[in-house]
Parts: sequence; C-alpha cells; structure tokens
Amino acid sequence: MPTWKKVIAWATVGVAISATAAGAGDRKEARNQVEFGIRVASQGLWREATYRWERAVELDPTYAAAYNNLAIAYETVGEFQKAKQAYEKAIELDPKSIYIKQNFDLFKEINDRANRQAPR
Amino acid sequence: MRTAKLLASVVLAIGTAGCLSFVEVSVETPIKPKLDASKFARVYVAGFIAGGSEDVDTNLETVRLLRSQLKNKSSLRVIEADVQPLADMAVKAAGLAPGPAAPGAAPGDAPKLAIRDERDMLPYEKIFADKEYWKGVGEEYQGALIVTGSVIFVPYQRSGYVQTEQEVYDSFGRRSVVPVRTYMDRKGFILKPKFLFIDGKTGETLYSETYREEILYNTEQSTPALSSYFELMDRLLPSFLSTLSSQTIKGTRVLLR
Repeated sequence: MPTWKKVIAWATVGVAISATAAGAGDRKEARNQVEFGIRVASQGLWREATYRWERAVELDPTYAAAYNNLAIAYETVGEFQKAKQAYEKAIELDPKSIYIKQNFDLFKEINDRANRQAPR
Repeated sequence: MRTAKLLASVVLAIGTAGCLSFVEVSVETPIKPKLDASKFARVYVAGFIAGGSEDVDTNLETVRLLRSQLKNKSSLRVIEADVQPLADMAVKAAGLAPGPAAPGAAPGDAPKLAIRDERDMLPYEKIFADKEYWKGVGEEYQGALIVTGSVIFVPYQRSGYVQTEQEVYDSFGRRSVVPVRTYMDRKGFILKPKFLFIDGKTGETLYSETYREEILYNTEQSTPALSSYFELMDRLLPSFLSTLSSQTIKGTRVLLR
C-alpha cells in the first residue's frame, strides 16, 4: 500500500475514534442533564428542569427519554404546542415505550379539552 | 402485609437511589381561559330564554346559579341586578305573537313561550344577534361583559336494555356478583343550555358554547325536577367557568431516565 494511502486510512480511523469518543461524551453529559432535570422537577422546579432537558436533546438528539421529559415540562408551563412536538419526537425515537404513549394520551386529553371550541 | 411493606420500601429505596428507569411525578397543567375577558371588570348575567319543563323556572335558577358561581370562582365583579325581559324581547325580535298566558299569571308577566326543543327556540334566538339591544344593556351597566343565552330543560323517557349487577349464590352458598342485562323503562330529563358572552360595549357576541346533558332514573324513583336540574348543571359548570378563568388540571406523568 502506498504511503499516502496509509496516511489517509489512519487519518480516517483517527477521526472515527475521536468522533465516537465525543459522541459517547455527549451522551454521558445528556444523561447527567436528564438526571439533574428529574431531581429538580421532583422539587417542582420545572423551569430549571426544562432548561436541563433542552440541553440534553441538544447534546443527544436521539434521546427519547429526554424528549418525553421535556414534553412534560412544557405541559406544566402551558406550552401545549411545544409539548405536542416533543411527545411526537419521543414516540418517533422510541415507538415501543408504553410510558411515553401513556403520557402522550393523558396530554392529548387535556389538549383536546383546551381546544374543544375556539373562541369566535 | 409485612412482605408487601418490605417490597414497597425496597422499590422506593431503589427508586431513590436512581436505579429505576422512571419516576412518577405529580403535575399541574394550566389551561388558559377560552375567552380573554381581561378588558372587563364586571359581568352581568342578563337572563335566559327558557323552554321545556314548567316545573323549574330555568331562567331564574340559571341566573342565580351562574351569578353565585362567578362570584366565587372568577375575578370579575358580578352585577346583581334584575334580569332582562328577554322573553318579551325575543317575541318582538322573532315577530311572533306571544303564547297563552301561564295559568295564574298577572298582567305584565313575561309571555309564555311554547318552546320544547331547539327548533322551537330558533326564531327567538334572533334577539342574541341584535347588537343595538345588547349595546343598550351594556350602556346601562358601564360596558360589562354580558352572559345570556337559552336553556331547554325537558322531561325524557327511554326504554331499553340496561346492565345491572346481581348477587348470585352457587350450590356451595358462595356469593358472587354478575352483570345482568335487563329491559327497563326509565325517565329523566335533558338539559340543553347555550351560553353566550356578549361585549357590553359593542353588543357583539364574543363566544358561545352549547351543552347537552341527560339523566335517567328508574320509573319507580321519584326525583324532583329541580334536583335533576342542579345535578345536570353541576356537570357542565366547570366548563362554563373555564371560559372566563384559568384552571389547573392535576395529574401524574412518568419521567424517564
């Protein structure tokens, strides 16, 4: 194998390893944010929890649990449109989760009630 | 019992330690009022066009009930004033002749409207579109928010199969409860109110909502019409109040790790 080909091959491997390491680091940080969010939400600090879970989905956009929690946080502050989008994303990422589905069903009941008849 | 307690504390301990993948939390979801009534300081429940049963004065009962509910559960000041002569106005607006006077009615009493259902009510509802009339009412009460509408409360009968529970005993004398379908004649009432929220400054209808509730009893059961009326109104009051005031709905959700 010519030298330049070896250099490219090693460079590709290097990039892949560092990307994986960075991805793993982001996922770990996203988990920390989710965990912290749960702790503060349990104390009723939903604004802080929202901030943490927004950060978590930025770090790991495939993290279904973070979207689920974020949807709940949006619900508690009356941001129904954002809550709906977050639930839909959570279900898209983890369609088998009964917890996400159950949360979404409960949300839909309230959302339907709020939108039952728009003022004219 | 002791085992159950032990298990519960183990689950709690594991949950607290963060080993469970979920946490159940209590949430309070705020629902905004259906109508932005922030520009109004006062509300005037002006009266209703009533139809149906003569056992209950649905106009005055509805006015009393809504005024007391608004006083306790909304931030608006409730105007305690006489109700509007809506039946008179509705007859004029509909261009119809009033029905025969109610037995024992004094001269000058509100005309009796022959309203049994929504179709009968339709011509009288023209009064709600009369902006000038409502503007005039509003001027009398410094542009307050006006609540008005129609209420139909009619007796109702229905026969059919009803599922009930029946106690049965097997050959060993063991008791169990089984569902049984029985054919029954039942009677009750239907309540169909339509609430309108009118801007007292412009006479325009800002919001309207129609409801339908029914209640049925066994034919042997004798329930006064007024009790049935209040029972049915109780069901729809939260929705009526949520038009003007925000509400919070308590529930639980599952947070995931």
